[in-house]
Amino acid sequence: MRFRPLILLAVTGLALSACSAGSLGSSDDEGGGKVALSFLVDNSEDAARIGEQLARDFTAANPDITVKVETRPQGAEGDNLIKTRLSTGDMTDVFQYNSGSLFQALAPQKNLVSLDDQPWVGHLDDNFRTTVSTGGRTYGAPWGGFIAGAIMYNKAVYARLGLQVPKTWAAFMANNARIKAAGIAPVIQTYQDTWTSQLFVLGDFHNVTAAEPDFPARYTRNQARYATSPAALKGFRHLQEVHDAGYLNKDFASAKFDDGLKKLARGEGAHYPMLSSAVSTIVANYPQQAGDIGLFAIPSDDAARNGLTVWSPAGVYIPTSTAGAKLDAARKFLAFIASPAGCASTGTASTPVGPYAVKGCRLPADVTQVAKDTQQYLDRPGGSSLALEFLSPIKGPALEQITVEVGSGIRPAADGAALYDQDVRKQAQQLGLEGW
Amino acid sequence: MATTTMRRTPAGRRATGAPAPGVGARSPYPYWFYLPAAVIYGLLFIVPTLTAFYFSLTRWTIFDAQFIGLDNYVTFFREPALVSGLTHTLVYAVVTSGAKVVLGMLLALLLTSRIVGRGYLRSVVFFPVLVSTIGVGLTFTVLMNPDQGLINDALAVTGIDGPAWLTDPRYALLSVALVDVWKGVGLATVIFIAGIVSIPREYFEAAKVDGAGAWDTFRRIVLPLSRPATVTVILLSLIGGLRSFDLIWAMTRGGPGFTSDVIASVIYKQYQAGFYGLSTAGNVVLFLVVTAIVVPLSRLLNRKEVDL
Repeated sequence: MRFRPLILLAVTGLALSACSAGSLGSSDDEGGGKVALSFLVDNSEDAARIGEQLARDFTAANPDITVKVETRPQGAEGDNLIKTRLSTGDMTDVFQYNSGSLFQALAPQKNLVSLDDQPWVGHLDDNFRTTVSTGGRTYGAPWGGFIAGAIMYNKAVYARLGLQVPKTWAAFMANNARIKAAGIAPVIQTYQDTWTSQLFVLGDFHNVTAAEPDFPARYTRNQARYATSPAALKGFRHLQEVHDAGYLNKDFASAKFDDGLKKLARGEGAHYPMLSSAVSTIVANYPQQAGDIGLFAIPSDDAARNGLTVWSPAGVYIPTSTAGAKLDAARKFLAFIASPAGCASTGTASTPVGPYAVKGCRLPADVTQVAKDTQQYLDRPGGSSLALEFLSPIKGPALEQITVEVGSGIRPAADGAALYDQDVRKQAQQLGLEGW
Repeated sequence: MATTTMRRTPAGRRATGAPAPGVGARSPYPYWFYLPAAVIYGLLFIVPTLTAFYFSLTRWTIFDAQFIGLDNYVTFFREPALVSGLTHTLVYAVVTSGAKVVLGMLLALLLTSRIVGRGYLRSVVFFPVLVSTIGVGLTFTVLMNPDQGLINDALAVTGIDGPAWLTDPRYALLSVALVDVWKGVGLATVIFIAGIVSIPREYFEAAKVDGAGAWDTFRRIVLPLSRPATVTVILLSLIGGLRSFDLIWAMTRGGPGFTSDVIASVIYKQYQAGFYGLSTAGNVVLFLVVTAIVVPLSRLLNRKEVDL
């Protein structure tokens, strides 16, 4: 009997304390003036390698600070996790996340530590700096180098069939016909990993701005749409065309990203529309074949205006929940990442595919063919543009499902583009933009 | 178990239900005794429900919320995936529920007959219910792979060219429903077994004396007298089907494209995308839809039981 009030108290206390999650997941300070930082990166093979290498090299230079790498899922699941952890104050001390529109969706003014007082911010590439800045303040250090969104192709297959790199869509489709006749899958698609389906649309963006230079601004103001802009609609059309012509690998619906890389490296498929960073996984897993892999921009209607769509590196950020000695250590870690030593560290872990976003960082002499092909576009004036997600804060979250539908022949291209416009509308409203 | 409680509902309500207002003084417990439960109930159920209704009227980014009236509901009902999601949900619920009733009844008949190893077979049919849904989903994703999966390999041996179970938009939803039936039929069977076993033996003996065959016995005795069990199975599996999510998410993530999206996965994707107000509005809608289907159905089925 006399235990009852005690139980009551305990149960009530339990119920009340269940409401606060503040004490979860804090990492411990080590004794003796040492600081341990936690560092969240995405769970791709590549990111884990880079994270571990950065942690090792940074601790070697700063023995008082250790960095523990944690991983998170990629794609929409990862976005959700980052937002939830930020809003509950439960984020790791330092974390890696996309720059551009996804970075904007994190409400950086509220959740991230501004880095404008750091000396290295002045050494950042301007293109990169705008993609990790909002409201005139900069929040991120660059994670690796610039990446191209393009068609990776097997040069051995091209050499064997005597094909030329196409600049126009018609030439590309003509190549595909000859590749198919030789018994090789012309275009690899891997729709089981839905994010891989977006490249024909997102990677076509240079060709969109080449035809309609004001598209990004008008798109952000709700004046231009994918369904009604002839240039923007082309990406969806291309996706449908390669499917309808029967140019996809037979298992496109069930294949995954890793299957796609394997097919490309082994020459079972000739083209794989992909982010060029994928080549570092090929270098790691198929070192003999890595030299066969090259890259060209997604072909356009007009050969003269054909060019490459470029992705800005992801950023490394400090959440506002990091404070005290950890904040100082985290700032040091970011300064290391944004220094030539940091670029070198990243380069050891993962084959660089494009220029670094820090002035003074150089690519090693023995870069891959993909990096050389990328550089040719970057060197040509007007040969490349940043992807739309870095020029406009809006990216619809359902694009990957829509492109899977269009690319599998479930939904016609025009219909898919119209559906994406509705998806974009929701995102713009959520961000509270003018004119929506 | 289920049958007895179902049948004795009117009596049970009198015995265990809450006392009517005004008779509270006769309660055997002092008021403070209810406090822990009341606090938990309030904090974990009432408060979240009320805040959910409020947040469904806002544009909510977790960081801050802006009141926008019924805009979320307008957007949600305009969502193209919603209409197909609603259809898929109904198809999924009806298919799984129907298959569980038919298969569960057949298995229950088998497992109440005099067969060897009856106890063992009864537990085997129940095993899939105990396995984690995500585990089942991932396992079947591997088994149903069109090129390397065991199912199509086995079909190939018999000369059948198996379909692309989960990646063909025509079959994806039904393939998941099939796995759901496999996983859930054990529970239906157990409920039916209880229903059949509780039918007094005298009826069967009397029917035998009157010269009734197997089919007549089933149609005139087993089927009507196990109605409470049937009602339970239909309701449980229909509710389960309407709010199904975990198996679909583990196996197809609503794909390919949106072809196996159900309401719950449509809502979840809005949540993933950070449209917290919109997804909360979706949950309110789901709550109303499930209520609108299940409450009248439950009334209807239970009324027939009283008429019996």
